[in-house]
This record gives sequence, C-alpha cells and structure tokens, in this order.
Amino acid sequence: MSILVYIEQDQGTIKKSSLEAVSYASALSAMQGVEVIAVGLGTVNENEWKKAGQAGANRIYHVSDDRLDAGIIQAHAATLAKVFEKAEANTLIMSKSSLGDAVAARLSIKLQAGLVSNVVSLPELNDGFKVKRSIFTGKAFAETQIETERKILAIKKNTIEIKTDGPEAAVEALSIDIDEKEFAAKIKGTEKAEGEVLLPEADIVVSGGRGLKGPENWGMIEDLAKSLHAACGCSKPVSDMGWRPHHEHVGQTGIKVSPTLYIAIGISGAIQHLAGVNSSKYIVVINKDPEAPFFKSADYGIVGDAFEVVPKLTEAIKAIK
Amino acid sequence: MKILVCITHVPDTTSRIQFTDGNTRFDKSGVQFIIGPYDDYALARAVELKEESGGSITVLNVGEVETEPTLRKALAIGADEAIRVNAHPADSFFVASQIAQIAKDGSYDLILMGRESIDYNGGMVHGMVGELLDIPSISPVMKLDIEANLGKMSREIEGGKEQIEVALPFIAGCQEPIAEWKIPNMRGIMSARSKPLNVVDPVPGKEMTKVKNYTLPPAKGAVKLIDKDQVEELVQLLKNEAKIL
Ligand SMILES: Cc1cc2nc3c(=O)[nH]c(=O)nc-3n(C[C@H](O)[C@H](O)[C@H](O)COP(=O)(O)OP(=O)(O)OC[C@H]3O[C@@H](n4cnc5c(N)ncnc54)[C@H](O)[C@@H]3O)c2cc1C
Ligand SMILES: Nc1ncnc2c1ncn2[C@@H]1O[C@H](COP(=O)(O)O)[C@@H](O)[C@H]1O
Repeated sequence: MSILVYIEQDQGTIKKSSLEAVSYASALSAMQGVEVIAVGLGTVNENEWKKAGQAGANRIYHVSDDRLDAGIIQAHAATLAKVFEKAEANTLIMSKSSLGDAVAARLSIKLQAGLVSNVVSLPELNDGFKVKRSIFTGKAFAETQIETERKILAIKKNTIEIKTDGPEAAVEALSIDIDEKEFAAKIKGTEKAEGEVLLPEADIVVSGGRGLKGPENWGMIEDLAKSLHAACGCSKPVSDMGWRPHHEHVGQTGIKVSPTLYIAIGISGAIQHLAGVNSSKYIVVINKDPEAPFFKSADYGIVGDAFEVVPKLTEAIKAIK
Repeated sequence: MKILVCITHVPDTTSRIQFTDGNTRFDKSGVQFIIGPYDDYALARAVELKEESGGSITVLNVGEVETEPTLRKALAIGADEAIRVNAHPADSFFVASQIAQIAKDGSYDLILMGRESIDYNGGMVHGMVGELLDIPSISPVMKLDIEANLGKMSREIEGGKEQIEVALPFIAGCQEPIAEWKIPNMRGIMSARSKPLNVVDPVPGKEMTKVKNYTLPPAKGAVKLIDKDQVEELVQLLKNEAKIL
C-alpha cells in the first residue's frame, strides 16, 4: 500500500504547493506506516526531484510524456488514475489549485474515492478517517469523515511546512497509455505574468484597494512588494475598474490566499474581501480611517495616509535587509 | 442551443456563520439566501448566449423546497424553466450524481456551473459531472464564446490565464469576468411566476463523505496600532514578534 502525491510542475519546476503536499503525505505516512510515492507529469527538470525527496517522498514516478506539459484536466486525471493503480495506492494527496481541483474531482469518480478539498490539518485516524477542511470561505471548518476505502485530499496552501531533510528518492520513469480523447480540450495559448511572485503561492502578499485612487499609484505598492519578495493583490473594485489584472483580485469571488503575512493598503475590509484573506497568519492594515472594519481583523495596524506611510515602510524594510 | 445552468442556494456573502445542534448543523436562522455568486455569473453568461444565438436555459438545483425562491429568481433573470431535484445535497458526489442524471435525460449542449459553491467551496461538482457523463469539464472559466460547435474559453491558471478550445458538449465552471451579474427586472419577475418549476425525485445515490461536526476559527485578538511616524516599529514587530522578515 502507498500514498500517492500528485506533483504539479510549471515549466519544469515543481510548485511549492506540491512540495507541501509531499510533506503532508510524509506526515500521514508516518501515522499509517506506508510509503509515499510522488508522481510528476510532463517535462520536469532533472534536479527538481531532489526537492521531492527532501520534502518526504520515498519514491518518484515520472511520466515524461510531453503532451502532459500543459495542464489538460482530463489527460492528467486519466494518467493519474492509472498511476494510482500501479502504485497500489489507497490515498491520493495533492495541493488545492486551479488544476488540482479540476483533476481531483474527475479522479474521485474514476477511482470511486471520497474527496475532501481545502484540507487544513492532518487526519484523525482513531475512528475512521476524519479530516478538517475550511468551508464558508474560511469562516468555518468542517470535520469530515471519508467513508470510502480510497481517499483523495486536496490540501489548502500553507497548511504544512515543507520538510527539507528527507533522503534522496529514486526516480522511475513510467510510460502510461493515454487515450487521444483525453486531449479533446486544446490549449491554444497561455498568458502569464513573468518573473513575478505568484499570488496563490506567495508567502507575503501586499494588496491595494480603492484608497489608492488610481492605477498610476501602484508603483509604491510594487516597490513594497519587491522589498519583501511578495506578490501583489487587490480588492475587487480595483480589478473591476481595470486598475489591476483580474488574477490579482483577492476575496470571496477572487483568489483566496493563505500567506504568512498579508498587508492591506487602502482597503476597507468588507466581509467579502476578508473571506479571501482570513486564513493569513498575520495581517497588517494601513488605512487613513481609524474606523475601517479591516482593523478588527488585523494583527498590526497603522492609521495614516498610504501615500506617506508606504514609502517609509519600504525604506524601513530595505534598511534591515 | 440547450443550456443547463446548475445553481446553488447559499447564505448571502455578508452572513454570520453559526452552527446549532451541538455544532452538527448550519444555523439558518436570520440568514438570507442567494444564488451562489459564481452560479450567478454562469447564469448571466447563459442569458447572453441565448440572446446572441437563441436556444433555451434550464436552471437546476439539488435541494429541498426552501430553495424554490432562489430558482424563481433565476427564472426572473432569464432562465426558461427550472428543475429542483428534491433532496438534501448531502455531499458533492451525491449532488453530481443527480445533476448527471438530469443532464443525461435532457441532452444539453452546454452545462454551466459556478467555479465553486460559497458554502462548501468544493469546486468539485463540475469535474465529477464531467467524468460521470464522460465529457470535458473546464474550470475556472473567465471568458466563454461559442462558435458553431466549438467552445472558446479563457481559463484562469496561477498568475495568468490560458486559452482553451473544446467541442460541445462540455461543462464550464464560471467566474468573473465572464459576464456581469444580472438583476431581475419587473417583467422578468412577473413572467417568472408562470414559468415551469418541475420537482423531480432523486435517483439513488450514495455519499462518499460525511460532515461530523463544525467549528469556528478562534477570535482574533485586538489589533496592535503603530504610530504612522514610527514605521520602524512595525518592521521590528514583524521581525521579532511575528518572525517573518
Ligand atoms: C457577492 C459579492 C462578492 C464580492 N467579492 C469581493 C471580493 O472577492 N473581493 C473584494 O475585495 N471585494 C468583493 N466584494 C466587494 C466588497 O463588498 C467591497 O465593496 C470591496 O471589497 C471594497 O473595496 P475597497 O476596500 O478597495 O474599497 P473601499 O471600500 O472604497 O475602501 C477604500 C478604503 O481606502 C481607505 N483610504 C482612502 N484613502 C486612503 C489613503 N490615502 N490612505 C489609506 N487609506 C485610504 C478608506 O478609508 C477605505 O477604508 C464583493 C461584493 C459582493 C456583493
Ligand atoms: N446542490 C446543488 N444544486 C445544483 N448545482 C450545484 C449544487 N451544488 C453545487 N452545484 C454546482 O456545482 C458548482 C460547484 O460546486 P462545489 O463543487 O460544491 O463547489 C456550483 O457553483 C454549482 O454550479
């Protein structure tokens, strides 16, 4: 028996969130006394595998078929279903992500495996298999029992620290037959922000709201983000008005983030915005209105004009780095 | 084109979430229910597609009788008929099994859903239905056009988007900016009263997961305010207290 981990890659590099999934599986395997097998699909840089071993994989399968470089949902699901059988796995662990969710759902049917997404802690095994997941966009949790023999867990980002002390894991190349029909959806092109820290993966997020008055004022937000090696986010009206791209929109109807630090600048703290950030470890709020609701959800706050405070903060951060 | 739009009946985004019966049940008292915001985008896009090229829109909910006002609202926004599968939506697999059955019976060209429900945030039902029907399921979709038999979409990926083409029939899990939410007008509300809302019995289906109990996150402590002229203090707190920098 084994635990299989689905490793997502981006242009050959293993995603940080997938390494979290490996470390989650490793912690679970210690409870169950089984092996962790990580599987990567498509072209993956040779030296990336080291990280999967360090994060806790005992063995690695690599399906190098380059048709899988792109995240074609059905093709990934079909491949993983076969790898799952080959690995004689009974649990599949993955990170909750845009691709992961879509793939997990299809696999749940293929494998007849109960699926729990948004998992935020290790399971309890003393009475069945019970795991805690985040619901109502971070406003509550549900202890959820999986009733099937086979199980799939999609882990919320930043749930577990990535291990770095695991031994090297052997990589085995697998060749899997994938029916042409699984490639029915054709990816015609990709647009991606280059060289930026990706918002959903970021450890620190700097977000701006309507209080910044206009897109021309985002330079100071980007400077602050750069000084912290952080990703940029924004509130919904900001992306609705086209001040910032949609993929930076944080909240109930946007990206849900769970970084270590979330810095909100000129954002009032509407409940729908909070829903996307409430699982951040620390929240800093900078707002000129001392009554802004966001202060109630913040760990640290500065009441002041963003145009004065933010450049000073960036300087102070640079000074200690 | 026959379009099926699957909608959830969920607490308003401003609702205070509370539980009852020893934390085993969601407390509905005082809660206002709405069409899931993502489902609302799906419905809005369906209405636009119908305006562009004709066809019909069926809205579907798996839920108990209390969800009918939500279905009526969808009719007022522009759906032609509604179906309610009369069952408690116990888990994603159960719901997906019901939707798959309705989809088979109705042979729809296009099935639109929301990216995720805002109560359980699974983001799973579309993929499950896709697999049950053996058709593609694409999510989260930010743009959707239909040209002849081909769906042209833009799908959100981490930090960007990708362009996808796939032939009908398929399922799309929608999110903004696919369309703007539509507010029902008076004519819509009047005509919704006479549009068909069919209640059907569920097909047998099992659950694969069961919620044992609910918990709320611990309350946040008071905010520590730092003087705007002492930003260095914030940096020190982040460094020494939060141990981030
Ligand atoms: C169904 C639904 C879903 C939604 N989903 C989302 C979502 O996903 N994400 C989201 O963000 N919103 C969402 N909203 C919108 C949400 O309700 C708020 O309208 C929105 O979050 C407000 O954005 P904001 O804080 O940038 O703007 P505002 O509310 O206008 O706040 C601006 C803030 O900036 C401060 N300010 C002004 N000038 C300065 C200055 N010089 N220096 C410092 N501070 C300053 C002001 O004091 C104020 O607090 C949703 C709404 C609905 C109904
Ligand atoms: N009970 C339900 N009835 C109808 N559609 C549903 C139901 N639950 C989920 N859906 C659809 O599936 C999408 C994804 O839901 P979920 O997987 O629960 O996040 C929703 O946005 C709806 O379009």
